[in-house]
Parts: sequence; C-alpha cells; structure tokens
Amino acid sequence: MNKILMKGNEAFGEGAIRAGCRFFFGYPITPQSELPHYLAWRLPEVGGLYLQAESEIAAINMVYGAAAAGVRVMTSSSSPGISLMMEGISYIACAELPCVIVNIMRGGPGLGNIAPSQADYFQAVKGGGHGDYRLLVLAPASVQEVLDLVGLAFDLADKYRNPVMVVGDGILGQMMEAVELGPAPEVKLPPKPWATTGTAGRKTRNIVNSLYIEPEELEKVNLRLQAKYRQMAEEEKRWEDYRMEDAELVLAAFGMVARIAKAVVDRLRADGIPAGLVRPITLYPFPDEAFERAAGKARAFLTVEMNAGQMVEDVRLAVCGRRPVHFYGRTGGMLTTVAEVAARAREIWEGLK
Amino acid sequence: MKAEGGRRKAAVSWRRTRGLTDKPFHYCPGCSHGVIHRLVAEVLDELGVLEKTVGICPVGCAVFAYNYFNCDMIEAAHGRAPAVATGVKRALPDRVVFTYQGDGDLAAIGTAEIIHAAARSERFTTIFVNNAVYGMTGGQMAPTTLLGQKTTTTPAGREVAVAGFPLKVAELMATLDGAVYVARVSVHSPKHILQAKRAIREAFKVQLDGLGFALVEVLSACPTNWGLAPPDALRWVEEKMIPVYPLGKFKVPEEKS
Repeated sequence: MNKILMKGNEAFGEGAIRAGCRFFFGYPITPQSELPHYLAWRLPEVGGLYLQAESEIAAINMVYGAAAAGVRVMTSSSSPGISLMMEGISYIACAELPCVIVNIMRGGPGLGNIAPSQADYFQAVKGGGHGDYRLLVLAPASVQEVLDLVGLAFDLADKYRNPVMVVGDGILGQMMEAVELGPAPEVKLPPKPWATTGTAGRKTRNIVNSLYIEPEELEKVNLRLQAKYRQMAEEEKRWEDYRMEDAELVLAAFGMVARIAKAVVDRLRADGIPAGLVRPITLYPFPDEAFERAAGKARAFLTVEMNAGQMVEDVRLAVCGRRPVHFYGRTGGMLTTVAEVAARAREIWEGLK
Repeated sequence: MKAEGGRRKAAVSWRRTRGLTDKPFHYCPGCSHGVIHRLVAEVLDELGVLEKTVGICPVGCAVFAYNYFNCDMIEAAHGRAPAVATGVKRALPDRVVFTYQGDGDLAAIGTAEIIHAAARSERFTTIFVNNAVYGMTGGQMAPTTLLGQKTTTTPAGREVAVAGFPLKVAELMATLDGAVYVARVSVHSPKHILQAKRAIREAFKVQLDGLGFALVEVLSACPTNWGLAPPDALRWVEEKMIPVYPLGKFKVPEEKS
C-alpha cells in the first residue's frame, strides 16, 4: 500500500471528505488553521462547500441548519472557539442532529495560548453546554488514526443522531506522519426521514426543535436522550491496551500524551518494572471496563494528561477505590516529557514496595 | 350550496390559507403577529412553494411559529436564525428558506448573524417583526424601543444618555451590497396590510429568482406590553412608530437591462 505524508489537521479534512462530508462551516483560530485551509480548496474540488462564518457562534448554527437539512456537515475550532459553540452544541444535542465537531485543543483558560493542551476534557465529555446532554468524544493519537476516526465519527453521528466531537491538540494538528489512504470507502448515507427538506413527498411536517414547554414532554425527551447515551456506553467504548498482560503499574493517557506514555512504559519495562498503558479512544463513553479489568492485577494507576487532572476523575470512578490512582500533568501548553513521567512512575513504584 | 328561489349562491369570502396549520395562535389579543403570519403563509401558498419551504423561527413571542406555518420548520437559538437559514439554504439551494424574527432576536443578540447573512447575499428571505419591545420576556426595552418609550427596563422612558438610540434596521440593511430587497411595511390598517403582503411577496420572489438576500421589516403592535387597548396600539404604530420608522422600499433589485 502506498503511504503519503500528511499533516494532522489536513487528515481531519481528508477524513471528512472520504466520509462523504461536503459541508464545512468554520471560523479561523490557531492551531487548527490548516484544516480549514485544506478544506477551502479540497471541498470545492469534490463539489462541496467551504464557508467561513462571521463567528464560531454563527458557524455552529450553520452546522445546525445543514444537519437539519440532512447532509453530513463538520466544523472545527480550538478551545476558545469551542466555548463559543457550546450553546449551539446543546441545541444540536437536544434536537438530535448528527454532525462532527473537531477541537484542536490549546492552552487555557481564557485566551491562553496556542500551545498543545488537553484542558478541554471536562468540556468535551461532561456536557460543556447547558442541560443534560452528552457528545460522543473520540481522541485519535496519530495522523492515521485521525483519518480513521473522522470516518467513524460521521457514522456514529448518524447512528445515534448525536453530535460527535473529535479532539486533538496542537501537536497532532501540526505534525506530519505517513498515512495509508487506501481506496476511498464507499459511503452509504443512512436515510434521514426526519430532516427538514420541505414536505414534498411526505404527509407530515418535519420540525427540528429543542423547545418543549411542558415539563412532562421535556422529561420524556431527556429520558430518550439518556437511553441513547446508555446504548452508546454499551456499544461504543473503545480503547487500546499496551503491554497490559501482566501490568502492575498502569498508565492512563489519551491522544498525543498516550504516545509519550508508551515510551514511558517501554523505559520502565526495560528497568524491570511491569508497566502498561490503557489509552481511551472514546473519551465518552469512557472505557471504564478497561480500568475495572486492569484493577485486578494492577497495584497502582498513573494518569498522565496535559491539564491539571481531568480524565483522572473518570479513571478514579472506574477503579472505584480498589487501587490508588495517581496523576501527573503539565498545564498551560507545556508538554510532558518521557523522563518526567518515568520519574513520577518510578516514585510510585518505589512507594509500593 | 345550491342556488334556489332566486337567491344567489353564497360566495366564499374567507378561507383559511393552506399556509397555516389549524393550531390556534397563542398571541395576545391585538398582537400583529397573527396578521403577519397569515400574510407570509398566504404568499407561500400563492407562490406554490409551501411543499419546498423550510422556515426558521426565533426566540421571542414567535418562538412557537413552527406550530403555525404549514411547512417544515426549525426552531433556532436566540438571534441565530440567519446562520441556521444559511446552513439549510446552502445544503438545499432549490428550497425556499425564510427566517421570522423579532427585534430582540434580530436587532440585538443576532445583529452579527443578520448583517453577515445579508453581506453574503444569502438567498433566503427574512421577515423582521419590529414592535419596539421585548414581548415574551415581559416588556423590556428593545434595540428598537423609541426614545421616551416606557418599558419595564426603562420605567421613566428610554433616555439617550443611558440607552442610546433606536436601531433602524431597514435603513442599516439597505447599506449592504448583498441586501437585494429591503422594505419596511406596517399592518395597522387594511390598506397597509395589503401593501405589506405585496412587499412580502416581492421579497420571496427575489429569493425564487435567485437574486440574493431580502428583508421585510414589519411594524407591529404589542398592546399588552405597551399598556394600550388594541385600537389605541394600532394608532400608536401610526402616530409614534412610523415617524421614526418610515415605511417604504429601501432597496429593490436593479432592473434587468
């Protein structure tokens, strides 16, 4: 198979096109700019539309309209822009519209900086906007995985009629890696009989809405959403186990940090420490069973993130007090290094003796 | 009815338009939304486009408009209807798309969306209902509230020093190259209602002809929040609003040569 070099941000765009997405609405923000740059020429080439909105607020509402019209549609942004989209995302979740939102996370809070970060984990997996809703959240760790997971994101969005967020960081967005494109998959778009396309050929009107003024009705909507989220939890948890067969010191990390964590595991193993890694690929639904399972053999966990400790809360919920769960992280756009994490891991290992 | 005994067959003088559903309006007595809904609905029906129309309703008094217009409808977030309409029209260019928005929705929180939709000359039609007040939330000052007008948040009347000046949306929109058709109409008298309907029809024709963005601002009475009886509210439109918001066409498509 031929391999080509591709930048992470461009892979998000190409992955979307291969998934049959022909509509992109966005607003410029660093460090995701190469994604709109790519789609601005690539979408017209395949008969699609790239449209630059006047703000992230407008962009997400254009996504809302296009998704309501039944087409595959995507937007992308970075942390502050994603915050601006939160109201719209809540509406999309309640109206049960499929779409894909890419967040190339940067250092925060506030205007922060443009360096890589994972500080939007809570925002992505715990709701972010108002009301009880969830996004499906995917976290690729390589350019190849970006291509693959963006395709999956569109399929899951349609399957569940739910917005899907794919999160990366500035490193994943900016770096180039060899990828296998392979032949473009045949895209079979599911029928969308609920879409607002005009009533022609239909006896009833379609209404896309998130307003339910009667509490009894809104509770029913919420119960339906919750049932959907439970189904996601049953069917969609994805993760990667790395050297986990006999792991007693289990690292947990997602996205680019997981690649650093793999190097840490190798280094610890070389020193005779039985370390392993669980890398969540779906951040929501969170792959808690991977950690429940690991807790049988593991003596301690170490969660590594580029934030002040966010996913570690979900790891602790999964481990449920059976083993100590430690945390190591850097904030503000600072990268964790292999040496730093390995040192923290050794400290924990020594403490177990 | 069969004609008999020299009596003439009864003529149908009023028929409910197909453009509206059977759902009774929730609007207050004397509110102009009902008339404006009916005009939009009649135009869509008469143009024969109901089955290919997607309407976007706002947040505000017309938030339930999706119950009334007899076509596919989308309920948008406050002020965002023009962005939603952009998404729909770009995805489905052969459909008829309209937004129906009030003054809080369009002229305050959604100012950016309407201006940029017009600047891009999006091929949809906006019906902008200006009643100089926030209705749904309890009669607060709107961007279009007149100077001196009392509202629940300008109890002594709107003062320039505190709250600035009313926003003249039609005039503002007419400055944009992408706005192809901009008119301001009123529905306070039968004559004005007929004129309003003609303008709404023209605005939809602009869309059907693919010419670009069209907006009709409709002056509207709000007896409840103005604290006036319905007939007095209609007089208030004529005597107080029209001098500030003059009626007319501010922009029409250039004649084809």
